[in-house]
Amino acid sequence: MSSVLTPELTAHWDEPDSFTLAGYRRAGGYQALPKALAMPPDQVIQTLKDSVLRGRGGAGFPTGVKWGFIPQGDGKPHYLVVNADESEPGACKDMPTLLANPQALIEGMVIAAYAIRAHRAFIYVRGEVLHVIRRLHHAVAEAYDAGYLGSDILGSGFSLEVVVHSGAGAYICGEETALLDSLEGYRGQPRLKPPFPAIAGLYACPTVVNNVESIATVPYILVNGAQDFASFGTEKSKGFGIFSLSGHVTTPGQYEAPLGTTLRELLELAGGIRAGHRLKFWTPGGSSTPLFTDQHLDVPLDYESVAAAGSMLGTRSIMLFDETTCVVRVTLRWIEFYEHESCGKCTPCREGSYWVVQLLEQLEHGEGSAADLDKLLDICDNITGRSFCALGDSIQSPVGSSIRYFRDEYLDHLRHGGCPFDPAASTLLRMEPTR
Amino acid sequence: MALSQEARDRLAPDAAEIIARYPHARSALLPLLHLVQSEEGYVSDDGIEFCAQQLGLTEAEVTAVASFYTMFKRRPVGEYHVGVCTNSLCAVMGGDAIFADLQEHLGVGNDETTPDGTVTLEHLECNAACDYAPVVMVNWEFFDNMTPQSARDLVDGLRAGAPVMPTRGAPRLCSWKQASRILAGFPDGQAPLGRTVGDASLAGLRVAREQGWTPESGPATSSNGGQQ
Repeated sequence: MSSVLTPELTAHWDEPDSFTLAGYRRAGGYQALPKALAMPPDQVIQTLKDSVLRGRGGAGFPTGVKWGFIPQGDGKPHYLVVNADESEPGACKDMPTLLANPQALIEGMVIAAYAIRAHRAFIYVRGEVLHVIRRLHHAVAEAYDAGYLGSDILGSGFSLEVVVHSGAGAYICGEETALLDSLEGYRGQPRLKPPFPAIAGLYACPTVVNNVESIATVPYILVNGAQDFASFGTEKSKGFGIFSLSGHVTTPGQYEAPLGTTLRELLELAGGIRAGHRLKFWTPGGSSTPLFTDQHLDVPLDYESVAAAGSMLGTRSIMLFDETTCVVRVTLRWIEFYEHESCGKCTPCREGSYWVVQLLEQLEHGEGSAADLDKLLDICDNITGRSFCALGDSIQSPVGSSIRYFRDEYLDHLRHGGCPFDPAASTLLRMEPTR
Repeated sequence: MALSQEARDRLAPDAAEIIARYPHARSALLPLLHLVQSEEGYVSDDGIEFCAQQLGLTEAEVTAVASFYTMFKRRPVGEYHVGVCTNSLCAVMGGDAIFADLQEHLGVGNDETTPDGTVTLEHLECNAACDYAPVVMVNWEFFDNMTPQSARDLVDGLRAGAPVMPTRGAPRLCSWKQASRILAGFPDGQAPLGRTVGDASLAGLRVAREQGWTPESGPATSSNGGQQ
């Protein structure tokens, strides 16, 4: 059997000091930085373009192209901002990366900042992860002490200051322009684009905003070469990435594999769906990506194939639910989340999420009527594409796909006069010893 | 509660240090709010006024920001903030049962504090630990793979003052105020301590090791579906 998994970013996570500078160096860390600093910055950008690394934060925009958008010789300060606000339901790859290997991020940041000619960088990390934040502060301090940050890095004449900035509990700040407003000290509300951050980002200056995993992958590409990285994956979705499996799976966790790997392959390695049960539905990339079912086990998990099958690769956040789970309950809870996290700026998202929750709540309790399903789809249709950012659009993903695949289950709630499922059957608590 | 003159004098150098991190002072507002929360356990009117004063903003401008973010509390929080994830995945895996059980066990509702002031209970949105579901956070430290029983034991331990250790985090759980100070950017030196990763974080790595799919085996042999 050929290798399905390719542990690169995750390769040393089981070593007790993997998060330290010493541990990172022992694993080959900080070999990419001198190489990058010896290249002209534009050549570093070209290397990223050649690798075809696509942003690992969900949207999949080519990282090197994004770097190339930064105007040069414009006389303005440039900024690099790392988006460590991982909050998408199902997404749980960046936090373990930062706990176990924060130095890969720091090394990638210095390379990225050098390429775009930025001398200040920020790590915007969600606030609800105390130990992750400790580890980031520790990693930054160690990098300063070793001369990887600060002035005249490795004698190159290049300087970079890095600040760890903790958020305060707002999913919307994972949206890059809301993140920038938040970092500027305002409510985290998205900005109208264009102008894009590359032209007018932080403090209205050219800014690159990249996901943790994207930047942490940069050292690998510099050391091993763009061609090597591009040899993994599929024609248009190159390289490897972390797939996060959670829910009703025998062995949940992080599985690093080339893009294009299928759920069937991943499930085989993860011991399958929990014993005695079968897969009912799953998300390929978090709650904002339309549901898949057991018909989609062989869809290659790359951007193009997942889109062709009607969903999005997103952050490769694979939440798995078996036949004991009520899809209406799961959908309702996700939309309650979007309602709670809607920043309130755009009316379709703010009001639409509220009405979708009302209708779903009625249906989950066996109230309402079959016509409500069409009303739900109609409201979603009126939210999608009518707000500044993608949060509103996300509401349609679980609602539309759950009605598409499980319309009968919605109707069963009406026939049954309530939810026909036993919530106790779907928990993982069956083995709990009694007092 | 009032922010005493002594506290203001003590916090002023910290505030100056925070502001100096940024090219534009207003960027310091979120960390400053964490800072005043670390003093009083919540963002009081005095805390708002202190932040406004440091940055030359109006109190209305600061309040508008503070009220946007769920981590800034406008009422006093207990020594331990216990958050139960009830987003879809954790809810289904047992989070709903844990939250219902804790409400009954503690005799408090959502966002309420026990009469002894030790525990504030709140349900949370996704905390980026889905592979450890159901998840409970105490002062923003991870408690993984919880059950109603282990959650009851946890809060009983907190209320009894027993040593409580997060699954992945610092071995000594710090107080809510201390946690807020770390969020303001003043770490407590506990970063090197504690377990880094749990089993789920290593799941793929372990399979790869068993199968001999190591990085040393080289990209040429580990490529899958590529264009070799």
